[in-house]
Amino acid sequence: MGMTIAEKIIAAAAGVSEVKPGDIHTVELDRLMSNDGTTHLTIDMYNKLKNPHIADVDKLVWIVDHNVPCDSVKTAASHKKMRDFAKKNGIKFYEGEGVCHQVMMEKHVTSGELIFGADSHTCAYGAVGAFGTGVGCTDYLYAMVTGHSWLLVPETLRFNLTGKLQEGVYARDLILTIIGKIGANGANYMAMEFGGEGLHTLNMSDRISICNLCVEAGAKTALMEVDDIALDYLKEHGREPKHVFKSDDDANYAKVYDIDLSTIKPIVAKPHFVDSVVDAKECVGTHIDEAFLGSCNNGRIEDLRAGAQIIKGKKVNPMVRFLVVPASADVYRQALDEGIIDTFMEAGAIVMNPNCSVCWGSCQGVIGENEVLISTGTRNFKGRAGHKDSFVYLASAATVTASAIKGEIATADMV
Amino acid sequence: MGKIFKFNQDVDTDQIIASQYLLFPTIDEMKAHTFESLDPDFASNVKPGDYVVASENFGCGSSREQAPAVLKALGVKAVVAKSFARIFYRNAINIGLPVIVCKDLHENVNAGEEMELSLQEGIVRVSDKTFTCTKLPEYMQGILDQGGLIASLNKEEA
Repeated sequence: MGMTIAEKIIAAAAGVSEVKPGDIHTVELDRLMSNDGTTHLTIDMYNKLKNPHIADVDKLVWIVDHNVPCDSVKTAASHKKMRDFAKKNGIKFYEGEGVCHQVMMEKHVTSGELIFGADSHTCAYGAVGAFGTGVGCTDYLYAMVTGHSWLLVPETLRFNLTGKLQEGVYARDLILTIIGKIGANGANYMAMEFGGEGLHTLNMSDRISICNLCVEAGAKTALMEVDDIALDYLKEHGREPKHVFKSDDDANYAKVYDIDLSTIKPIVAKPHFVDSVVDAKECVGTHIDEAFLGSCNNGRIEDLRAGAQIIKGKKVNPMVRFLVVPASADVYRQALDEGIIDTFMEAGAIVMNPNCSVCWGSCQGVIGENEVLISTGTRNFKGRAGHKDSFVYLASAATVTASAIKGEIATADMV
Repeated sequence: MGKIFKFNQDVDTDQIIASQYLLFPTIDEMKAHTFESLDPDFASNVKPGDYVVASENFGCGSSREQAPAVLKALGVKAVVAKSFARIFYRNAINIGLPVIVCKDLHENVNAGEEMELSLQEGIVRVSDKTFTCTKLPEYMQGILDQGGLIASLNKEEA
């Protein structure tokens, strides 16, 4: 029986020739990423182990991105614990460099790897054909100490992409459309695999955006076929692929979806569920208090360019706070070079340092009671961006920027 | 016997424990905020041995292990849901908080009723009614039996 990409990566990591969905295997992990959301708890547990040690410190990457720079005395204590432990043990450590997944994509991940990340959006790594999956800190700790873990082989959903996105439609609209179609648990426990000729029309930023959001359909991981675009990306970033796996022709899929990219339209996900998606036009006119352009999902240079192109020469609505947050320091510098930061600042946007920002509702830009945010972030759960009685709409960088100008939800063609 | 605290579908990890509490130094400092946006009195009303009963996709969203950890710290005996989001499910087993799928329970019980769960049998009893659950795979039950993944690690490394 043929295997999917997810099955091939697990088989290689388990050292067996074949695996099938439902099997549980012990797998060697290539990389272990953890951020400041949970690392302080991991360290507390580590210190209580009978025999604390690290199997291979070179596999560990720790990134402070959720609350950076630090927002409170309590956070400072948690950060200090993480920073001190990393230094003492020689763990690769980043602080202020960017959102963890963007930093991982820029500096570490390669094709064919199996990666645990203590963050649900670790599935982003599928953009270069790596099996990334989100875990909690106990799982992380176990893998950090032993170098391996247990993994249940997921079934795979296959998405065959054809055609090309229309002008003004973005990868984010595509993945929100898919999540709306299959539902918030439509891929629960499963891998989502993307391929087909339409994939070649999507750049790396698009691919990261798509894979990153697959967890919002419950997916264990997301995987894209590795083509020249992915290989060029790795090469530009100084990395070689570990393995390049392709699904076999007779691989077994739980379900196959055919998606014509040219049929996708600008989409908005309404509060409080990522799968509550509607045509963006249906939300036009909805009052907003804040707009956010950033996050591991949509804070790359391509997203900033899309926003800058729309806002150049225009002004942010005086009743709106427009937060622009590059996903990494590299993205920030690139945006500076291209004059994009100037464009946003001239328009009246608030440009922040690279971090998770209001996407996770505990750092900067938190919204108050009954306030409304339109966001390129990952989630619109109740209270996700601040007060429990507040509202988050998710949309593309273009729709978010157009809305920031209008002071209400608007699409790019309206400004 | 324990009291039922009932929740609906797609309860995400931000509802279980919101982001602004995650970097508190310890789980004990976070637990008072459990389910704050859905049931602000939950943390003060729940007693050790009580149960959380939910509909589909319980624990969707982030990988924050604080979500099952605050429930365990408050003494919740188990979460019984129609289905679980996978990271929450795995985290719960890893920390030794029993989670079990029961398709029929949510529609047929009320908040505040007393229930009893036998994990071994995979049976829930509520007054004179009995509900059958989907038993955990042997491997995962094994982790729970040992008290979670770290307890089993300490045993392996001893």
